[in-house]
Amino acid sequence: MDYLLTEEQEMIRELASKITENKIMPVREELDRTGEFPGGIVKDIAAADLFRVAIPEEYGGIGGGCLELCLIVEELSRGCAGVAVSFAASALGAFPINRFGSEEQKKKYLPLLASGEKLAAFGLTEPNAGSDAGAIETTAKPEGDEYVLNGTKVFITNGGEADIYVIIAMTNKEKGARGASALIVEKGTPGFSFGKKEDKMGIRCSATRELVFDNCRIPKGNLIGREGTGFIITMSNFNHSRSGIGAQALGTAQGALDEAVKYSGERVQFGKTIATFQAIQHKLADMAIQVEAARALIYSTARMIDSGKQKNFSKESAISKVFPSDVAMAVTVEAIQVLGGYGYMKDYPVEKYMRDAKIMQIYEGTNEIQRNIIGLELIKESKRKKK
Amino acid sequence: MNIIVFIKQVPETTEVKINPETNTLIREGVTSIINPFDMYAIEEGLRVREAKGGRVTVITMGPPQAEAALRQCIAMGVDEVVLLSDRVFAGSDTLATSYTLSCAVRKIKDFDLIICGKQASDGDTAQVGPGIAQHLNIPFVTYVRKIEEIPEDRKSIRVEKMVDEGYEVREMKLPALITVVKEINEPRLESLRGKLNAKKAQIPVWTFSDMEMDKERLGLDGSPTQVIKIFTPQPREAGEIFEGEAEDCVNKLVEKMKENKIV
Repeated sequence: MDYLLTEEQEMIRELASKITENKIMPVREELDRTGEFPGGIVKDIAAADLFRVAIPEEYGGIGGGCLELCLIVEELSRGCAGVAVSFAASALGAFPINRFGSEEQKKKYLPLLASGEKLAAFGLTEPNAGSDAGAIETTAKPEGDEYVLNGTKVFITNGGEADIYVIIAMTNKEKGARGASALIVEKGTPGFSFGKKEDKMGIRCSATRELVFDNCRIPKGNLIGREGTGFIITMSNFNHSRSGIGAQALGTAQGALDEAVKYSGERVQFGKTIATFQAIQHKLADMAIQVEAARALIYSTARMIDSGKQKNFSKESAISKVFPSDVAMAVTVEAIQVLGGYGYMKDYPVEKYMRDAKIMQIYEGTNEIQRNIIGLELIKESKRKKK
Repeated sequence: MNIIVFIKQVPETTEVKINPETNTLIREGVTSIINPFDMYAIEEGLRVREAKGGRVTVITMGPPQAEAALRQCIAMGVDEVVLLSDRVFAGSDTLATSYTLSCAVRKIKDFDLIICGKQASDGDTAQVGPGIAQHLNIPFVTYVRKIEEIPEDRKSIRVEKMVDEGYEVREMKLPALITVVKEINEPRLESLRGKLNAKKAQIPVWTFSDMEMDKERLGLDGSPTQVIKIFTPQPREAGEIFEGEAEDCVNKLVEKMKENKIV
């Protein structure tokens, strides 16, 4: 379907697509096997200027928005969601600086992130604070003109690979969620080290690692916004990024569908290609219906966000994550069914698509948490109407 | 280092179809791309510039639509492009083409190195690169797989030339011309900023009247090559492969040769 993208958006999609076809697809199986971080591909993405896309022009960016990011993430995920999430996680780390950072912080960090010279990461999750993000235990105690960070973050995408981390920590424990703040921590700061690197089911080439803070001192100038705005920043960040997870799921589902269509045209059983069987055609049709619906949803949501016309879009953003990630799970499982025994083997890429898809129902807010958000917003909306 | 790279726009297919009536390539309905071997030439030009400074100018001769290939070069990061386009250039063989291209070099005057792909994927002659060097009376090395060194004084270049048995190290004075093989590098992809620049760029077009050239040496008139017939050869049948122990295979092979009265 023609989504009426601008010429520039088409260029962006085309560039990401070229990286997928030329750089990612030839090595994705090996990356999946070894779990090695795709540093070379990240350099290719940087050379194509794709890290510049969502950074404002005055800081070395192109000044695009959510839709442009989604287009890139979708295309990269068609190749490998592990690569795509390494790209997307840097955008997730850059967003709080771009949106809430001081002029000084923007000047210092955004050009480095725009060029792709440095990667960013966002650190919220802790061993005891996942869906219950208010339960975080990492503290940032103000001391003179510094904060002293203590605590451990887990499952941090780009952990160890990124140079610039946005960390959510409690600057005032008594205030609960209103006592959380967002701080910029640079790799190499004394007291900041990396713990366990996770061995994952899918997105295996992305780096998922523990961040350990042990009396790590950072200057007060690294506070983003004001003290106590950490959760507002986090929620705003996720509201803007959830469509990106949707785009990951979309690319993953599209990749699996493409493989299923291709295979069904080649595989011969009972003297015919299996694509001639209605049982297979209906499977492919159902997959395509879901993929296209997910795409329409993501692009519309991203456009709405970029327009800036709607202030509260947590419901829409949650929907644009839940539906595509559920679609990706269903479509990748079905793709394996189309390929039959071969689909179950690592010689074909569909089993990897399935393993990659699973995380998208989990991270950046589980789909259950997303449904909570959607449900709450529906109730709020209905109350507003009654008034 | 001022570098000139010559490129050609070719059909994006390895299965070129030929019109049997006119003995020419059927170009309708086939997308055009930059000759794959020329991509290595562009990349090498950019790498030399990055190491030594200077400018990279890409030149192509062709119809107005060859502009698209030049825009792609801008998106990859070259500094300047020129399209040589004129009706009088049409029908050029390799002699007339290399003469025309050499006239563009003479107009530019200031250059240190010319880089071409080893051959075009459509014509496969590998003659235009050396032809340009001959017309300009400069040294050249074909099938370069590596530039080993360009000394600080930039008066010479040392390269590795691919030969059947391995490679030869050759050194020559600059200005010079090299043609490159795919082993030399991996061409970069375009960048977004490059593509945005390419979209805005005005592509300079040089015609016959823009260059000092001898009209009789151009186009069909300047092309002594006459194509009498082009045909698609019949594909050879797949051979038979014997597998197993060497001795058994040899016996089977001898049997087969006897059977076919070869021995």
